[in-house]
Amino acid sequence: MVGTPIPEIASVAAAATSPVPAKKSESKRLSFYYGSFNALKNISMPIYEKKVTALIGPSGCGKSTYLRCFNRMHDLYPGNRYEGQIMLYPDNTNLLNPDVDPIEVRMRISMVFQKPNPFPKSIYENVAYGLRVRGERKRALLDDKVEEALRGAALWEEVKDRLNDLAFNLSGGQQQRLCIARALATNPEFLLFDEPTSALDPIATANIEQLLADLKEKVTILIVTHNMQQAARVSDYTAYMYLGELIEFNETDTIFIKPGHKQTEDYITGRFG
Amino acid sequence: MSDATAVKVREIRALIARHKRWDVIFGIIGVLSLMIGVLTFVALFLDMVIDGAPRLTWDFFTNFPSRKPNQAGILSAWVGTTMVMIVTICAAVPLGVGAGVYLEEYAPRNWMTDLIEINVTNLAGVPSIVYGLLALGLFIYEFGLGQSVLTAGLTLALLILPVIIVATREAIRSIPAAIREGSYALGATKWQTAAHHIIPYSLPGILTGVIIGLARAIGETAPIITVGALTFIAFLPPAPVQAEPPFVSFEWLMSGFTVMPIQMFNWTSRPEAAFQLNAAAAGVVLLVMTLSMNALAIYIRYRLRKNIKW
Repeated sequence: MVGTPIPEIASVAAAATSPVPAKKSESKRLSFYYGSFNALKNISMPIYEKKVTALIGPSGCGKSTYLRCFNRMHDLYPGNRYEGQIMLYPDNTNLLNPDVDPIEVRMRISMVFQKPNPFPKSIYENVAYGLRVRGERKRALLDDKVEEALRGAALWEEVKDRLNDLAFNLSGGQQQRLCIARALATNPEFLLFDEPTSALDPIATANIEQLLADLKEKVTILIVTHNMQQAARVSDYTAYMYLGELIEFNETDTIFIKPGHKQTEDYITGRFG
Repeated sequence: MSDATAVKVREIRALIARHKRWDVIFGIIGVLSLMIGVLTFVALFLDMVIDGAPRLTWDFFTNFPSRKPNQAGILSAWVGTTMVMIVTICAAVPLGVGAGVYLEEYAPRNWMTDLIEINVTNLAGVPSIVYGLLALGLFIYEFGLGQSVLTAGLTLALLILPVIIVATREAIRSIPAAIREGSYALGATKWQTAAHHIIPYSLPGILTGVIIGLARAIGETAPIITVGALTFIAFLPPAPVQAEPPFVSFEWLMSGFTVMPIQMFNWTSRPEAAFQLNAAAAGVVLLVMTLSMNALAIYIRYRLRKNIKW
């Protein structure tokens, strides 16, 4: 697959009503296999820079699987196989190229998980961990970066007096914002969110959604959500997936107001899924 | 309440009463089974304490073995046991933890790994005398380490290695995938993930395994006899710390030695009844050593787990 020219996805470009922003990334004919199970089928889709792109679809449609291709998370487990490409711009790197080290990919693209997964360490050490992995030892610089990341995740005011407390002592919503701060501390170009609010209460969810709106000023975001209202609220672009296939990709307004496919319409109106 | 409902309620109650009879019966069987185990241990322990208590004086701990039973002590035995255990820990912990981390985090999933896993599990079931024979051939004849503290420590290390490997792997597996993925997602390598997360978080489980292993090793007799522990010894190994430079000495590693169970075995095979009391007293000491190790394991696990809840 690598190297073959990929035709532009005409429908995507044509359907967009506002000027098309620059692409940060793009999957080209991406297929993915868990052993012999074909979980993603030939997915081609752009991710626009400094926009929020939401992935929606019923459980098992492959949206999380798709997301986890972007930081090569599947490489951690045996028997997984990718086909096709994920290009990262502006440097035109194919993230799935076997010559590209998954660690390099993960250093550029951060991820926030479904359930808050802070390390059993202090708040400070959680946020600083990404920097420590990169070999940063200067205390002053770490202090600055930790504060900046915690402010970026709208958590600083709540934890500034207890940075050495154990992260487990925070509430679920705070833990998730801590995980966002942890992902932000290394200045990623691109952030992946895998249903970041599914384990949170409505108030914590609203906080995170507000945060997403602030974050997209600086960084490209790809988010999986099982909640269509959330997709409508936070995203600029939406992709609807079903059984490992990309059914429809478009601007969020278009998807929710006049979807191009009957199947998408059935899903977002709640008749299916 | 109507009559029909009353009848129905009565039927339900009768049914529950019938079913609950089995609860009672099984409860009794369970308590009896438990008592057989507990009472046997308590009886053995009490019997030993009653026999040995009069001998448990300060002199008993500071005297070498002697032909006169009331002057005989366990000095060389408990010092020997301590030294052998130190060698065992130093050899078994790094090897066992290293092997466990490798198998869980690094090893590719293929038939080779499966074969190694099966082997490791089976090693835990190999009779200890076999380890003794292996050590006799390997450490004494092949490597020329002699009938020394070092040989005994390494032999017991081999014996408890599978226990530590299995405990390490169990502890690592209890770490949620989300935590490992969280580390990898930040760009950590396998080694960074292992050193910063996997090993620290599995430490309570590893320590428990280490101490359970040591509690087994401390009572082992057969492999120690095979590698030639002395049964009568009236000197201590050279001290590891000295007054003159270089201050530290490793001569004790090559010294002859005896250990607690062998001292006990020696005394029980003597015809004089008074030596049986010494054996009982040594048994109490050995048992207290084992039980306090287990208590330590429980305490450490409790302390370390306080900060780690998934």
